[in-house]
Amino acid sequence: MQLPSGSTVPAVENETQLRALLGGLSGVDAVGAEARAAKLATRSLKKSTKLAALDLAISMVDLTTLEGADTPGRVTSLCTKAMHPDPSDSGVPHVAAACVYPDLVAHARHVLGASPVKVAAVATSFPSGRASLNVKLLDVREAVSAGADEIDMVIDRGAFLSGRLGQVFDEVVAVKEACGSTHLKVILETGELVTYDNVRRASWIAMLAGADFIKTSTGKVGVNATLPTALVMLEAVRDFAETTGVVVGVKVAGGIRSAKDALRYLVVINETVGSAWLSPDRFRFGASSLLNDLLMQRLKQRRGVYVRPDEFSGD
Amino acid sequence: MSDELTNSQLGAMAYDPAPESASIARIKPAYGLFINGEFSDPSSHEAFVTLNPATEEPLASVAQASTADVDRAVYAARRAYDTVWSKTTGAERSKYLFRIARIIQERSRELAVVETLDNGKPIRESRDIDIPLAAAHFFYYAGWADKLDHAGFGPDPKPLGVAGQIIPWNFPLLMAAWKLAPALAAGNTCVLKPAETTPLSALILAEILQQAELPEGVVNIITGDGSTGAALVDHPGVDKIAFTGSTEVGRLIQQRVATSHKHLTLELGGKGANIVFEDAPIDEMIEGIIDGIFFNQGHVCCAGSRLLVQESVADDVLRRLIRRVDQLRVGDPLDKNTDVGAINSAAQLARIKELTAYGEEEGATRYTSTCSLPDKGYWFAPTVFADVSQSHRIAREEIFGPVLSVLTFRTPEEAVAKANNTNYGLACGVWSEKGSRTLWVAERLRAGVVWANTYNRFDPTSPFGGVRESGFGREGGRHGLEAYLNV
Repeated sequence: MQLPSGSTVPAVENETQLRALLGGLSGVDAVGAEARAAKLATRSLKKSTKLAALDLAISMVDLTTLEGADTPGRVTSLCTKAMHPDPSDSGVPHVAAACVYPDLVAHARHVLGASPVKVAAVATSFPSGRASLNVKLLDVREAVSAGADEIDMVIDRGAFLSGRLGQVFDEVVAVKEACGSTHLKVILETGELVTYDNVRRASWIAMLAGADFIKTSTGKVGVNATLPTALVMLEAVRDFAETTGVVVGVKVAGGIRSAKDALRYLVVINETVGSAWLSPDRFRFGASSLLNDLLMQRLKQRRGVYVRPDEFSGD
Repeated sequence: MSDELTNSQLGAMAYDPAPESASIARIKPAYGLFINGEFSDPSSHEAFVTLNPATEEPLASVAQASTADVDRAVYAARRAYDTVWSKTTGAERSKYLFRIARIIQERSRELAVVETLDNGKPIRESRDIDIPLAAAHFFYYAGWADKLDHAGFGPDPKPLGVAGQIIPWNFPLLMAAWKLAPALAAGNTCVLKPAETTPLSALILAEILQQAELPEGVVNIITGDGSTGAALVDHPGVDKIAFTGSTEVGRLIQQRVATSHKHLTLELGGKGANIVFEDAPIDEMIEGIIDGIFFNQGHVCCAGSRLLVQESVADDVLRRLIRRVDQLRVGDPLDKNTDVGAINSAAQLARIKELTAYGEEEGATRYTSTCSLPDKGYWFAPTVFADVSQSHRIAREEIFGPVLSVLTFRTPEEAVAKANNTNYGLACGVWSEKGSRTLWVAERLRAGVVWANTYNRFDPTSPFGGVRESGFGREGGRHGLEAYLNV
């Protein structure tokens, strides 16, 4: 697709303006969006396409641990795996990032050292986002100063659902400012927004406010990333890029465990937004167990047989 | 930042071929006529060859039924009606129909490959739509067979007798199911004639009927060309003719049965309008337009072959539409990633080429997909005509191919007037997020089917059929029973 040169993101000065911009968006027909996603899910990737897609998917993984029980030891093991997912095969790409809670950023940074694997931190009182703006900003600043390359923030779903769209926008702007040059991913928590119309509007609010990425979910609620939700978000970044020239990335997170699922997302990218998003710079999978299935399918493609799950490290 | 991205290429990740195996079809070298429960040679010993339209290679030799064969088939159906089927209870008929439905499901992969080989349609469609829907029709009407008293046609409605059924080549097995399932549920016996270019799936269905131990003669399947169909229409032993096909042939049939006792239902051509208002859900609408016209290579009688788009959004819709058309994957129908397959026959391809040539001559702006086409076989790249006027031939005549004519309108009144300005009346689509306007438009459209925010959706519980030159009678749902009951 042809994009206009130079950024022309419309300035949003107040909530009225924001509402006017959002009012111009087309609605989403839920039945149609789900049917389209289901149809794309029937694509069959074989041979060299499958191998290339598996490697691409590995390079797009934000290897994640977000548990109360996380320890420096666990983060060390996660980061080690992030750099060398399959130590027996140097042809396997490293993952995009290791994703941790803010207090473990410094440790992750230390383990990853000069490796190209980024440190991503979930901040802004992840996952609920139920804290004052000051607390959220402090959370972000601490993660940034501890060495995070990327911040995954959550939007205030309560504000969005009660119609305080300006507040959602302002928070993203404030967090973006606190991030400085650190990459900002904005989690919409689509499982709590429920409708595709809401997903499309929330995507635009985040993009207008300066998000580098829009992300589906925290992985902490009942409904996480789904293929139709990703489709709607990819359509949003496509339309935003066409209108403004700014290319925003998409991250899907939560519940993506199999290589088969991951490849379906790649197909949706391929047929909705195209090559510019077929890169870890523009698309990510937030996942933990997905990586091992990608590795296993990769070996299956090469050797023709499945290996035991224990062939790969647990994390 | 956006320099590297001035071009984001759609479909940059090329898919390696993912073909379904043709050997699954297990097609025999030759097929006879299925009369009285068994395959037999035609009296004339004549045969014709059915081709794979994607390669022009022969698939099988198929019997050409003569007038004498038609007579034999109708006689078998009559005898089965008199001696067996009219004495079989609804609950018993229901059991046979359930059995047929289940065997179709069991043999669905084989049937899908057969359909794709013989017709040229993509395996994704035969696998996900044609075959599952065919089974669903048998399941649905199996449920009606013992409940006819409660179908709203009064107590104990009677069947008509022997039904002669002539089906087209665009959905061979599905059309057979649409015809056979309600006829059998209502207690009729049948003589079915599949289309000349796509007889194979009906012949596999004949094997399935044997497998289901349907009493001999209840369904007879005879293959042949137009002369076979004509002999069936003219046969005095037939009580009912059900025809799906072109308006031209439908008109001839109606003339020929006009002075007889025969009941008639016709499902003919169409020139469906997809009406797009400026508040339509744009991404789903684009998909709906694509499904509306490129589904089954546009070989769909209810295809949304006219796009009526509100002028205020016409440029944006056209831009998105053309981008999407260029993405359609055209090629080997057996490849699981193919979106648009082969044109069914050389004759149909010639017809499409002729009408699209008129489109250019008449001054419409042609956009044809840049996809590459295979060297052998019958192919036509997906095509969109913009700047089409109501008086252009491509806006009036059924092209029955992957060709969309785009027209614009300013007000809902104008949209309705343009949509209705056709001799046909099979199907229309309305795209808008405003329910009241959708209903206002739908009420005024002269079409048997109106879809709202979707297109080309089929379900056995929903009646389907046309008005005006698109025919009469309904197939599917409770309404579909009426065509086979003496009410």
